[in-house]
Parts: sequence; structure tokens; C-alpha cells
Amino acid sequence: MTEHECDDALTRLYEYLDNELDESTRSHIEEHLQKCSPCLEAFDFEAELRKVIADRSQERVSADLRSRILAALEQCSVEPAHDVDPLAPEP
Amino acid sequence: MDGLFGAAMRMTRNPADAEDLVQETFLRAYRGYGRFEEGTNLRAWLYRILTNTFINSYRAKQRRPEESDLGEVEDLYLYRRLGGLEASQRGRSAEDEMLDFVTDSEVKDALEALPEQFRIAVLLADIEGFSYKEIAEMLDVPIGTVMSRLHRGRKALQKSLGQFAEERGLLPRSSPPVLIASETGPDSDD
Repeated sequence: MTEHECDDALTRLYEYLDNELDESTRSHIEEHLQKCSPCLEAFDFEAELRKVIADRSQERVSADLRSRILAALEQCSVEPAHDVDPLAPEP
Repeated sequence: MDGLFGAAMRMTRNPADAEDLVQETFLRAYRGYGRFEEGTNLRAWLYRILTNTFINSYRAKQRRPEESDLGEVEDLYLYRRLGGLEASQRGRSAEDEMLDFVTDSEVKDALEALPEQFRIAVLLADIEGFSYKEIAEMLDVPIGTVMSRLHRGRKALQKSLGQFAEERGLLPRSSPPVLIASETGPDSDD
């Protein structure tokens, strides 16, 4: 295992965690991680950190907001339109 | 709906605007449902409406200067600060401890401190789990731009989390306190 292999794995760490690598690059990195514990630990740490960030930034919708949204949708009683672009800015 | 509301909270940084943004998103999605392409990802479509509505309506209201200078932060900032990559056989206690002790409000504050374009990219990828391609479509930017925002946003997020950890003694201070020259002016006893 060379420093070059470690650099290569660490450079692609996020693309790996993001599931954005093709199969062969992915398995190449996995092979490296199996024999390189410093890199494996770095990958584990980043994966765990991401999980912590996702878990600790969750919010719950209040029952009040839920019912307000349902009420607003019911008021909208018309059929869903086909000519309204929900992605267009407000006029 | 919890996920959309969480994303709206991080975007608007206040509960009242986040509630309005989620409600507006559902109304727009309902009214524009005819535009949804069957067979594509409904969840991604809802987040795309949320993100667009935020960018078009709420951002103007919030009037924050568009800070995009994040300063230079090295890759794997937190892990390096915790001594990783240098002492791999030392056990993982420092890292585990840091991850165990970081609080919900520290994570939320660190996310909300990111400049908007980085914050949106990080929350769509790391919290909502969308792919680069989906995020690029939501933000109408090239995939390379998404990757660069993620790269810089994640480093800045790690730096903020590192500062919280320092304040609570979970990380050693990165540098000794700087003496502020202007405080020892002509009136000082020296």
C-alpha cells in the first residue's frame, strides 16, 4: 500500500460516501480500505459524522401546522391544474 | 412532511417562515401536480419546489448579504484535529467522544451558519440524501457546481462544529489565544 493509494482513496472519500462512484472505482477503494486501517478509520469517522449531522438536525412538524396545511389544501378545492408551474417564481 | 419542514427550518432559520414555506410548497405542488412527471421521484420534485420557493420568495425577504468567502479549511478538518490519520492504533475515543457529545442545537447552528448556497447543497445531500444530479436539477446548476459547493460547505461545517467542540473542551484549542495589540495602548502600565 502506497501513499499514493491513500491519497487517491481520501480524495474520493465523499464521492464514495455519496454513492457517486462507478462500480469499479468503488470496489478499488473498498480493496484499499480492507488493507489500510488509517484510511478505513477516516472513512468511518466521516460516515459517522454525517449520520450524526443528519440525526441531530431533524425537526417535527407540529399537529397545528399539519392541520393548517390540510385545511389550506381543502380550501384549494379545485382540481389540480395542468397549466400551473409550481417551479415558476411568483408573478 | 417532517423532512421538508426540517429543510425549511435550515433554509429560513426561523420557525414562522419555515411553516409558511412548507405550506406554500404543498399548495404549489397541489396546484401544479399536472406538471409532475409520472415515474419520476415525487420526493425530489417536492424538494425542488421547496428550494425554488425559498430562493424566489424567502431569500429576498431575508436580505442577508451573500457571503461566499468561507476561508480556507483543510480536507477532513475535524478528523485531523482529533488526531486521526496520525495515530491510527491509538483507539477511537477522541472521535467517538466528539460525535457523542455534539448536541442537536450545535449541529443546527453550525448548518445555519453556512452561507446559503453551501447550506442548501449540504442539507440536500447530507441530510436529505439526494444525488448530485438531483441537487443539480433542483438548483439548476451544473453537477460540478454542486460538488464544489458540497466540498467547501462540508469543510466549513466541520470547522464550525470544531469551534463548538473547542468551546466545550472536546477539542484542544487550535492556536494559543492571540494577544490583541490595541488593548495595550499608551494607557497601559507597561
